[in-house]
Amino acid sequence: MSWLSTTLTSSIGRKIVMALTGLFLCTFLIVHLVGNFQLLAGDGGVKFNLYAKFMTTFPLVKALSYGLYAGFALHIIQGLMLIQSNKAARGANNYAYSKPEANSSWTSRSMGLLGMIILLFFVGHMAQFWGQMHFGTMPMVTIDGIEHKDLFKLVSEAFKQPLFVGLYVLSMVALGFHLWHGFQSAFQTLGLNHQKYSPFVEKAGYGFAVVVPIGYAIIPIIMFLS
Amino acid sequence: MSAETRNYTLKVWRQSGSSAKGEIKTYEMKNVSVGASFLEMFDQLNEQLLANGEDPVAFDHDCREGICGMCSMYINGRPHGPDTGITTCQLHMRTFPDGETIYVEPWRAKPFPVIKDLTVDRGAFDRIIQAGGYVSVNTGNAQDANEILIPKAIADEAMDAAACIGCGACVAACKNASAMLFVSAKVSQLAVLPQGKSESSRRAQNMLAQMDSEGFGACTNTGACSSECPKEISLTHIARLNREYLRNRFTLNDVEEFQPIKKPDYLDFGV
Repeated sequence: MSWLSTTLTSSIGRKIVMALTGLFLCTFLIVHLVGNFQLLAGDGGVKFNLYAKFMTTFPLVKALSYGLYAGFALHIIQGLMLIQSNKAARGANNYAYSKPEANSSWTSRSMGLLGMIILLFFVGHMAQFWGQMHFGTMPMVTIDGIEHKDLFKLVSEAFKQPLFVGLYVLSMVALGFHLWHGFQSAFQTLGLNHQKYSPFVEKAGYGFAVVVPIGYAIIPIIMFLS
Repeated sequence: MSAETRNYTLKVWRQSGSSAKGEIKTYEMKNVSVGASFLEMFDQLNEQLLANGEDPVAFDHDCREGICGMCSMYINGRPHGPDTGITTCQLHMRTFPDGETIYVEPWRAKPFPVIKDLTVDRGAFDRIIQAGGYVSVNTGNAQDANEILIPKAIADEAMDAAACIGCGACVAACKNASAMLFVSAKVSQLAVLPQGKSESSRRAQNMLAQMDSEGFGACTNTGACSSECPKEISLTHIARLNREYLRNRFTLNDVEEFQPIKKPDYLDFGV
């Protein structure tokens, strides 16, 4: 193995991959959320459909999307591998009686579980919208004389069903808890710990973990109610 | 005047040898002085077992004053028991109400195999130290103590890290059985001092390579280690270890990898 792959597969290296991809995915969450807010524009989906067209056809965005797929893949695969190897490190016998709540927060201990919930959501979400948009048969709509795929219709139909809205909101709760620990944990893993800046990073992380998932969850709720 | 005494039900992990299958056994303890330490209570249990012709419980202990790092019991779901900032030997029975059921288990980690009952082999820590937790010192007369000036804040930082007694409570508490707090303390105490500079270009990478080869888990930053540490070692040392590791890996002008130290045969307890 080269020195680089040895570095990235060491215990710290693997955590650094998790931290960097995690923070990268946080930037994606912001961009995606800003795009989603156009669902609430109240224009019958014109802005949203034009935006969807731009995001799936503009060459620079398409190129960046491959980096995004890689970020997701690395974060998911590395996460699953870490769950497995960290579990194995305990050995054959686990404690008969353990009291982890005395020394650590539930979110910090449940990153794997929360990640799995988000992964299930991610798979469903990709199949329902992304897969449909890219490979499925889409309803069409004419905007300014040009035919566009009507992603808005697909989304608004889905968010008329209480089951989808419920699952969506629950997944965002899991995302919130995941970010609650994950955001600040990423900085610690990268060695970015400082008496002056760490308290700010911690607060920013908590803010991010609350505001972003609420932003996502509020869209289907509003669409369901209106 | 007689001291107050209490009765307890003990659930103790018994395992006759490293390859034997262990189990939790129940013992009734009567008339335990509230002033007894947890280890003294175990001495009392062992006298009781010997009187009945049974095998006494094997457990590690040495100084019994909280500085050697030998005692290692996982008591009621927590390393070194319910109190904070102390080792098992400094834990007193007055902490436990009368009639309480107390679970006592060994540290559970793949790199800490059980030798017998509550005794585990912590040789993995020694090999991590051997991999880089040292400084090279010239022979000859000791130099004057004031020749190398070290600011008080840095001396304090090094001392806080050096307080680590290597007991392994961090590994026992961690859901991943990670040794990051131990390794970070041992890296930190030398990284911040001029005396540690000679080996600093490869210390963190070598010690981490040894930690990984021993089979410890990775760090999830839960903070369980620091909460349970009898010396209250801070998580900031883990951030420093991460920085030192990255610096080593990306700036050291040498691609030859550290070869992890093998467990010596004479220390093989049949695991």
